[in-house]
Amino acid sequence: MQAGQQDRLAALRLRIARLEGGVHKTKPLPFGLHAIDDHLPGGGLARGALHEMIEAGLASEFAGCTTLFTAGIAARLKGPVLWCLTRRDLFAPGLFRAGLHPDRVIYAEAEREREILPLIEEGLREKGLAAVVGEVTRMSLIASRRLQLAAEATGVTALVIRRWWTLAEKDLVHLPTAAVTRWRIAPAPSELMPAPGLGRERWHVELLRCRGAEPRTWIVEACDAKGRLALPADLADRSDQAADRRATAS
Amino acid sequence: MALAQAQALVPNLHVAEATPDEDEASLRELARWAINFSPMVAHDPPDGLWIDIAGAAHLFGGEEALLDDLTGRLTRQGIAAKAAVADAPGAAWAVARYGTGGVVPTGRTTDAVATLPLACLRLPADKLAALHRLGIERVGQLAAMPRAPLVRRFGRDVALRLDQAMGHVFEPITPLIPKDTPAAAHAFAEPIGRLEDLKEVVRHLSKELCRQLERLGEGVRRLDLLCQRVDQKSVCIRVGTARANRDATHLAKLFDERLPTIDPGFGIEEMVLVASKVEPLMEKQVQARGLGEEASEADMGQLVDRLGARIGLRKVYRLAPVQSLVPERMARRIPALAPPTGSVWPENLPRPTRLLDPPEPVVATALLPDHPPRFFIWRKVKHTVAKADGPERITPEWWNGDKGSAARDYYRVETEQGGRFWIFRDAPTAEGGRWWMHGFFA
Repeated sequence: MQAGQQDRLAALRLRIARLEGGVHKTKPLPFGLHAIDDHLPGGGLARGALHEMIEAGLASEFAGCTTLFTAGIAARLKGPVLWCLTRRDLFAPGLFRAGLHPDRVIYAEAEREREILPLIEEGLREKGLAAVVGEVTRMSLIASRRLQLAAEATGVTALVIRRWWTLAEKDLVHLPTAAVTRWRIAPAPSELMPAPGLGRERWHVELLRCRGAEPRTWIVEACDAKGRLALPADLADRSDQAADRRATAS
Repeated sequence: MALAQAQALVPNLHVAEATPDEDEASLRELARWAINFSPMVAHDPPDGLWIDIAGAAHLFGGEEALLDDLTGRLTRQGIAAKAAVADAPGAAWAVARYGTGGVVPTGRTTDAVATLPLACLRLPADKLAALHRLGIERVGQLAAMPRAPLVRRFGRDVALRLDQAMGHVFEPITPLIPKDTPAAAHAFAEPIGRLEDLKEVVRHLSKELCRQLERLGEGVRRLDLLCQRVDQKSVCIRVGTARANRDATHLAKLFDERLPTIDPGFGIEEMVLVASKVEPLMEKQVQARGLGEEASEADMGQLVDRLGARIGLRKVYRLAPVQSLVPERMARRIPALAPPTGSVWPENLPRPTRLLDPPEPVVATALLPDHPPRFFIWRKVKHTVAKADGPERITPEWWNGDKGSAARDYYRVETEQGGRFWIFRDAPTAEGGRWWMHGFFA
């Protein structure tokens, strides 16, 4: 590619970024894993944007992995978190395992599914929040666009966990939305331990959709007490991985 | 009966001067207290109170629960009270005084009133005596009489009182606004009904109210908006705030969600905004954003208010740790704006992120009595356990009232596909322990 073409491309990218409302030049939130951060545009999860999480695998209606994955992201952001839900199956001590302090989370419990989206939007309009987490079954393209615009305006990150309760609802989860990224988390078999017992859990993290990046899949180790992921030692290149592990531990 | 006659009948009769003024003053005080139950309260001298609980009963868990709560509180204060809930104010008046009290079911007003004595109709004494002379003792008898001769002989008010007690005609209640309560009112020359107009008026009223509150150094905890319709019916909306507040735009915004539910009918001719519950509020020094960590705290109050206006303040909460290891009891709800507790759950305690409540039974097979299961069938699907950890024994807490329950042995298991579950056995295998699914790990 010639130098002139590259300049033109860079100028075009800048124009698109301006059109997309890149007013908030906040740095994206890195996962602390080179493998993921290098792949995501800007080097991490964009703040002030809508992100969607879908659970796959066994007992996916309970979204056990996705909840911890989301809690880990929220824990690494700074400030209070609003958690909008309809069902009371969330177990708060489990969230603390990802480093989300109970004093930081305000829960808003709606009785009906359709009350959830307005609650999330209300939260996104509040500048003081770090993130709004919503457990949603139905989210139309228009509704998600509203949330995305609200998140862009204030810089609050919106994390939507897609839940489902019947098989008919399970398919709704895959309809298109205006979310900046869409993730699918599934449990993966963990490392075999030399003695009986359980190692750190592993996830199959799939980036299904991302503005400005290709879909991709990683196998990672679940959030630690500070909400950080890690790359499994036996799957990654060992020397590189050792550095990564040290980075996440710090 | 003359006093001398009464004293002759009862030897040591205690005599006290009647003090109608003081009675009315204390009745007003009581009415003011009753505003806790509903914004529409009117006092009805000499001894009654009206409370319009339309749209407020569900906050107390239904009409009967509200009635129990109300009478219970009055009794504890040393006030003997009888209360009734009915479709019409007249019917409630009659049933509370001459009936059994309690809740009159919707649509059964006529039956409930028919057997009561005529005195329950709030008639003047002379009319009552005249009706008694004719042998009419019960409301049912009066209702059965032909209407035209009744009106001709006893006047219109007898028929009106009868209809009011039966719930056939509407009877307005003029809500009491205690004198020193900050309130802002606006009466319109022409009745209004458009939503945009209502919103504008609410903004205007809230500005005026906030000016008053500023002088008093107070902030609002509960706001009532009373709308007087042209046909004398009143509609009211009540909103609450999580902490004392006197930001006019914020308070006006709390009504946005609820204003569309107002039915203006032929138009609204007066709107009153009452701060029915206030708390002292001192001006706080405002810090520029970015200079301090505390800057965002005030905003949380407004966010909680806005969420509370949508779903109710009780549904916006935080979960605080409880010093207990029984999973169902590990967290308790505290108000969203309660000061930070600082306490946390024990670290490195393997706990799931989602809990099944109640636990679901699973069929499991373990190789040895105290081993984790090798297979289990949950929701008709068979899972093969690849790795497991446990048992972690959680014993019942007798000091918390766990009497019948047994100690549980919890296992964390990972299936071949990688799914992690939290399952427990409610007794040792030798004693016929059964397996239960309780939670889902990440």
